[in-house]
Amino acid sequence: MAKVFIITFKLIMFFFTVDAVFEDQVGKFDWRQQYIGNVRFGHFDAQLQSSKKVILATEQNVFAAVNIRTGELFWRHVDKTGPEGSIDALLHHGQDAVVVVGNGRILRSWDINVGGLNWEMVLDSGSFQAACFVGQQDTVKHVAVLKKTALSLHYLSNGHQKWVENLPDSETVDYQFVYSGGTGEVYVLGVLPHSHIAIVTYSVEDGEIIKQVSVEAPWLSNIQVSCAMVGKGILTCVNPASASLYTLDIHSQTQMTQIPLQSLGLDVTPDFQPVLVSTQPNPSQHPLYEFLLQLSSDHYLLLQLNNGEITTLRDFKPVNLASFSTTGDKTVLAVMSPKNKTACSVNLFSAETGRRLLDTTVNVNIDPYSGKPQKLYVQTFLKKDDSVGYRVMLQTEDHTLTFIQQPGRVMWTREESLSDVVTMEMVDLPLTGTQAELEGEFGKKADGLLSMVLKRLSSQLILLQAWIAHLWKLFYDARKPRSQVKNDMSIETLSRDEFNLQKMMVMVTASGKLFGIDSKTGTILWKHYLENVPSNAAFKLMVQRTTAHFPHPPQCTLLIKDKVSGLTTLHVFNPIFGKKSHVTPPSLPQPILQSLMLPLMDQDYAKVLLLVDDQYKVTAFPSTKNVLQQLQEMASSIFFYLVDSNPGRLSGYRLRTDLSTELIWEVVMPIEVQKIVSVKGKRPNEHVHSQGRVMGDRSVLYKYLNPNLLAVVSESTDSHQERSFIGIMLIDGVTGRIIHEAVQRKAKGPVHIVHSENWVVYEYWSTKSRRNEFSVIELYEGTELYNSTVFSSLDRPHAPQVLQQSYIFPSSISTLEATLTEKGITSRHLLIGLPSGGILSLPKMFLDPRRPEIISEQSREENLIPYSPELIIRTEWFVNYNQTVSRVRGIYTAPSGLESTCLVVAYGLDIYQTRVYPSKQFDVLKDDYDYMLISSVLFALFFATMISKRLAEVKLLNRAWR
Amino acid sequence: MKPLLSSSITPFVYFMISIACIESQNARRVGDVQDAEFNDFSVPLEHSFEVDDIGRFRARGALQLKSGREPGATLSQNHLSQDDRIKLKDVAAVDGLYRIRVPRVSMQADRQADRQTSGYLTAFVRACAMVESHLSDVITLHTDVSGTLIGVSIVTLPGACGGAELEDDVDLEVFNTTLAVMAPVTAPGPETALFLERMEQESEKKGKNPQEQKSFFAKYWMYIVPLVLFLMMSGAQDQSGGGGGGGGNGGGR
Repeated sequence: MAKVFIITFKLIMFFFTVDAVFEDQVGKFDWRQQYIGNVRFGHFDAQLQSSKKVILATEQNVFAAVNIRTGELFWRHVDKTGPEGSIDALLHHGQDAVVVVGNGRILRSWDINVGGLNWEMVLDSGSFQAACFVGQQDTVKHVAVLKKTALSLHYLSNGHQKWVENLPDSETVDYQFVYSGGTGEVYVLGVLPHSHIAIVTYSVEDGEIIKQVSVEAPWLSNIQVSCAMVGKGILTCVNPASASLYTLDIHSQTQMTQIPLQSLGLDVTPDFQPVLVSTQPNPSQHPLYEFLLQLSSDHYLLLQLNNGEITTLRDFKPVNLASFSTTGDKTVLAVMSPKNKTACSVNLFSAETGRRLLDTTVNVNIDPYSGKPQKLYVQTFLKKDDSVGYRVMLQTEDHTLTFIQQPGRVMWTREESLSDVVTMEMVDLPLTGTQAELEGEFGKKADGLLSMVLKRLSSQLILLQAWIAHLWKLFYDARKPRSQVKNDMSIETLSRDEFNLQKMMVMVTASGKLFGIDSKTGTILWKHYLENVPSNAAFKLMVQRTTAHFPHPPQCTLLIKDKVSGLTTLHVFNPIFGKKSHVTPPSLPQPILQSLMLPLMDQDYAKVLLLVDDQYKVTAFPSTKNVLQQLQEMASSIFFYLVDSNPGRLSGYRLRTDLSTELIWEVVMPIEVQKIVSVKGKRPNEHVHSQGRVMGDRSVLYKYLNPNLLAVVSESTDSHQERSFIGIMLIDGVTGRIIHEAVQRKAKGPVHIVHSENWVVYEYWSTKSRRNEFSVIELYEGTELYNSTVFSSLDRPHAPQVLQQSYIFPSSISTLEATLTEKGITSRHLLIGLPSGGILSLPKMFLDPRRPEIISEQSREENLIPYSPELIIRTEWFVNYNQTVSRVRGIYTAPSGLESTCLVVAYGLDIYQTRVYPSKQFDVLKDDYDYMLISSVLFALFFATMISKRLAEVKLLNRAWR
Repeated sequence: MKPLLSSSITPFVYFMISIACIESQNARRVGDVQDAEFNDFSVPLEHSFEVDDIGRFRARGALQLKSGREPGATLSQNHLSQDDRIKLKDVAAVDGLYRIRVPRVSMQADRQADRQTSGYLTAFVRACAMVESHLSDVITLHTDVSGTLIGVSIVTLPGACGGAELEDDVDLEVFNTTLAVMAPVTAPGPETALFLERMEQESEKKGKNPQEQKSFFAKYWMYIVPLVLFLMMSGAQDQSGGGGGGGGNGGGR
């Protein structure tokens, strides 16, 4: 086998030279941003005053430490996706962070200084309920993990299990809470809903049950929601129905004491949802006697429990958030209260007395385009004069973390919603004012000769002025040291560069926040949070008007569809500035089935978007008179298709002049056999430069370039490995004609597919050989073209030739995309996102069904690589070298102004942007191009001609005299 | 086909065999003669062409479907009546559509019992193309792996709608239809066997030719040795010429 590789390598080497980046190019054209996701648990590292870490566990199953000075990551651990890797609990003590993962499957301890794993234990099965530290005599030595049926105690130092005990009556009692107050006992609290609380006391030493008590509590159903442990083992609960607090000393009492809220002087509305919050500064000691009672979303009370009596220390209203924090022996309460619409202030209060601490105000500005504050993390520290200083980390609904220092300085923000990008587009930046002026001149209609001349003169003058200013700036900057010449990037100075390499990346995230990111640097230039986006929404982003139509602003439309109800809303915005457009989108009372962007434009150069609802009626946006008139004229040539995967039905419709539709074709794939998993058309902005391929005998094989072709992938319902198959159907979206239908037997999904030009590449899992395989289908019209001027789906009677070949791929893949360039001259590469975090740029040349089995003179002439069944991953094909991109979900490609260059953005947990040159930079001079040499040669040649001319003249003269 | 176990046939294995038998029956390429009549069945082929483009399907002919692993079909069609001819031309004049439909049926033998006729498969072609091609069309029926019809397509030959005038309407009387049934093709997997064979052949070829087996050194020693000797000689001269200078020179190279 080794020989096979060597031979193939030798052959490959003939065609390719090294393709990777050079060391000094690292970070020059590319950038990476690492994210962690929406924070679920956060703890500040408080072991040292100078510590600058915050430990975060997130909903994306990431566990990370963030530098609180800069907001950068110290370290990050990415676990499995889904419930298998979900972080259930995070306990933090000193240097150790203990994490429960995967519904109590694994218990891990991390060293937070370096992010190294201390130990990992696989726990017994059973669903996880709660976990806590167990301390004795001011030291924490154990971790208690409560499961549905058992309680186990582990050593903190090595994770070994000290003991595990089954819980009594675990089939009826729902154990929910575990508590230890540093007394050598572990209390497990369970509830039999609407009956009683069960309290089981275990000895830390040997797990023996010391005591078992049952307390009447017919109103209680969930301890974690309505109770908290306060002071020395006093369980405090709140009952909204009777509007009263209940206390119970779990050491001694067997009866709950009721304290009506009215006795505290509190009036409660009947529908209040109270929450109790207590604080336990040190796990080896009991919680404080002070606790918070949240009566409504903006009303908090600081209460104190004193010898069974509750006193109100302070009443906070209105208030957004409140949170306890401890430093040394001081515990404070940070309260965030709204000042006005765009600002909030945070103040510190002493937890013991409820008094406000002086000079502790932090002003927080709330961006109107961001979400509401959701959670407050407070880091307190003692200043030199023993007063308390603090910083806050604010988590908002749009998954943003903002770190704020006194008196309101924002240290950093992390936009964690970018860890879940759903879709994106790249938009050209606008021209500068002068460029736009020039463009505008050509765009406008002629109005008199004189005014045209004047306009031309004025625009030339402006250009001259701009040029002089530019020269002056160059001269001025040249005197300054290089480091001081700042590359200021702000939203005002945005303009297109010479080769259109810098673009605006418009990213849509699952949380409903939109971002505008500069593709060159990765700077977030604008952000906009859309409220009321359903959690299961599907998004589709479309560019209706590009920047090419000055003075009309560019316009993007985001279609937000609720997956369950199908109801759709449109958000229309300017992609450069992120501002919501003044254009009012149509109201859509019916669920939307399909949207399609027509190449038609209205008088303001906005492309027409058609939305088809479930009554098969069409709504146009924009729907001006002009548009409707154009639609009426074009109606008979506007076709669209619908895919309904449940009955497996593909159907085609034609638009009628009254904007209703008629069914014109129907293809039904019975779901008993196979179900449609994906339908892929071609990208509308794709250009194909060459109509055919020149063969070895100098004849031309013409490509079948049908812009309406759809690739439909289906998977068999039968998942048995012998009978499962994958179906690939190529169907014309206008006529419904099935161009090609193939099945890949003994194959299974997930299928990744790319459809472009005249080829379809897909990847699947072969159940027979247990490996990943790539297959490529290419379509050719043959050696003669049917109609070379225009393609019409209605007039292509001959079916194309179909060629197909398959290859073994040595890795599974996460996503697949093809490069895209301005004119389609550059050869194509496939960009493959691998689960390992690499992005592989595989030349399409290797996936060519015309690769010959036996090398002939003609195939050599055509530069076809001889067939070898295995595609090899070469390390220099990784476009992201060592910049691993975690959990790649999608790759977006966009053409740049240079034909050789394709812009690539890979997104997943991380975002990575780079440029690729599939055919090398054939249209760019290299960085190290020797201008000196070429100019000196030119000069030398020039002088040589001058001298030789002179010499020749002299010689001629001499000859004449002779 | 897997070789089956002969000794201990448990009920489970027996069950497996029975499934395998059914499959092999389907896989048989030559259809049984006595089965053919039983498996033949007919479904209507309907067409519709209206000036207002609302589907009113009428019978165009009958499709005689032959089931089995290698499905086939024949079509017997009616002539187009005088009224229909005029109507078709009218529809062509307003660039209307000519549509056909067939019911969704399964062509597989053992599915005949539950042949569902719920719903139709439709396709269309421009009526003017139908007129200009003098009713010569190609109808293709597509089936899935189980033999159920999933789609129908119609194209005319020639397909263009040039707006050519028609002299007499005799041409529009008889359909000139080419019918085909297409089942999905099996996509090829990676061709490892052939590749390995080729590699073996190549290595054999190399083995036969001992000239090729010689290493690089063995082939070109007569050039390399004098070169090395020459370099050594010149180096020695250099060193003897001037110690310091020679060292510096060596570093530079």
